[in-house]
Amino acid sequence: MIRFILRRLAIAIPTLLALIVVSFILMKVAPGNPFTGEKTLPKEVMANIMARYGLDKPEWQQLLDYISNIVLHFDFGPSFKYKDRSVTEIIAQGFPVTFTYGMWTFVVSTVLGVFVGVLAAVRQNSWVDYLSLGITIGAQVVPVYVVAPLLVLIFTLWLGWLPGGGWNGGHWSNVILPVVALSFSLVASVARIMRSSMLEVLGSNYIRTARAKGIPGYKIILRHALRPALLPVVTYLAPMLVYVITGSVIIDMYFSTGGIGSAFVNSALNRDYSTAMGITILYGTLTIAGNLLVDLIYAWIDPKIRL
Amino acid sequence: MLVKSRTATLAEDGFARLPEKGRSLWADALSRFARNRAAMMGVIILALVILFMALGPLLGRWTIEKIDWDVMGMVAEKGMPSLETGHYFGTDDVGRDLYSRVIQGIGMSLMAGLVSAGVAVAIGTFYGAVSGYFGGRIDSAMMRFVDILYAVPTMFLVIVILMMFGRTVEVLFVSLGAISWMGLARVVRGQTIALRHREFVEAAVAGGARPLAIVYRHVLPNLLGLVAVYASLLIPDMIMVESFLSFLGLGIQDPNTSLGMLISEGSATMMYGTLWQLAFPLFFFVLILFSLYFVGDGLRDALDPKDR
Repeated sequence: MIRFILRRLAIAIPTLLALIVVSFILMKVAPGNPFTGEKTLPKEVMANIMARYGLDKPEWQQLLDYISNIVLHFDFGPSFKYKDRSVTEIIAQGFPVTFTYGMWTFVVSTVLGVFVGVLAAVRQNSWVDYLSLGITIGAQVVPVYVVAPLLVLIFTLWLGWLPGGGWNGGHWSNVILPVVALSFSLVASVARIMRSSMLEVLGSNYIRTARAKGIPGYKIILRHALRPALLPVVTYLAPMLVYVITGSVIIDMYFSTGGIGSAFVNSALNRDYSTAMGITILYGTLTIAGNLLVDLIYAWIDPKIRL
Repeated sequence: MLVKSRTATLAEDGFARLPEKGRSLWADALSRFARNRAAMMGVIILALVILFMALGPLLGRWTIEKIDWDVMGMVAEKGMPSLETGHYFGTDDVGRDLYSRVIQGIGMSLMAGLVSAGVAVAIGTFYGAVSGYFGGRIDSAMMRFVDILYAVPTMFLVIVILMMFGRTVEVLFVSLGAISWMGLARVVRGQTIALRHREFVEAAVAGGARPLAIVYRHVLPNLLGLVAVYASLLIPDMIMVESFLSFLGLGIQDPNTSLGMLISEGSATMMYGTLWQLAFPLFFFVLILFSLYFVGDGLRDALDPKDR
């Protein structure tokens, strides 16, 4: 098991370094620098600013500083736009918000998805089955940025049940719409995956044996079929993470939740390079860590691939 | 004998069929595609949308940028869809004609899909074919690079690239393509490895053809079906990503517009009771994506050799 983890780490760490280096090179080859504005600054002032942000050192030195600051101090450097704030502060402010509804999205879509999937498999070709199929096809062409406005239209404007935006310190009524908007298509995808793997498991010999022994149906599902049928869902957790991270940008912008997504979009609109790069690297790290975690969970559930 | 025996008929039929031309892969695929109702429906709807895009402007009475001063400031009361004012789809929030803007948006979204998918297909096919054909160290290095790119949230890289190199249409399309070729590269590589040991490739090697020429002349043509399927599924994805960026205000810029941008504008103003601003772009967006998915699915069924 330890060797397995080490081997995975041996892939993950170079990937991460590559991401940082690519980001850094992009930052360097971009035309102009973040301080070129409408009025041209005097040479001395520019030189001062460059020195303040460490941009006067040779490039390899800058890269090494950048990497070591991130790794050792979790310091992504100062924001190029907001003089008094560091990128780390901006991230620290937005992350709890994004993390909160992101986690809820994970919980809701896996639990609900698995439940619906099992139901659809057990009641194959019933209305549950067809409904989940219909939603899956619909969810493919109706992305988050369409679901979110529709939800606000229904639950805020027409029914007036839930607030259409804001965070309010994470009050439950503010969390519901973001989570529903993000989970919508994920529930459908998880349900489809769960359904097909459950059907496959239910057709296998040991389930027939269990039935022959007279074990009641719900016990067979829970005790015998559920665990092996969950494997494909576990694999799906990794793309799900990417989906949630990417979708969170839309959610933060549309619902004004104040998460990292809005900080990212604003930094992109303001040419705040260091913030945009910092968030990209953070999300890259999260994705890579998530993939690693999924591999480990997979190895833990399925003894066959344990190495 | 008035009635021919069954065997005689069969025999005659058999003889009649003998000189028939062999069906090529493409003719075969075409006939199977034509039998797929959902896919044909998709083609027809797409054709209608494109027809609308081409002929729609002839009926329009407003240009894209012209602001209707009568409507401005009172969009909710006066800007609704109507035949009298000539705003068939109503106006947008500042009083521009939505009909002409939707037509322009359809064009831009379709273009985003085609061009970006084209870029991705070009990179992915060539990368995968080279990697698969040469094999060995080159192959594993090239595929490791793909693994790395796969693990990166590429949407963020696109946004960063757009921020740094300017938010122009060209940069947008190329960078969209540049992040979406990895899947195709993997598939093409697998197929190429399978092709590499076939007799006709060996014959080419024996004939003294250079490696890149073999890839180009003998391997790539055999990958066309696969690439066509993949490309057709990539187009709707690219349209989605483009509208994702436009929704955030990071993609296409005014006065250009895309369906994603119109959806974004429409959803920002729906609390003022101007629902048509969301409904029309959304309708065309969903219509286009649905039909593209069905066409892609149909192509896969028609061209996938496994199903034969």
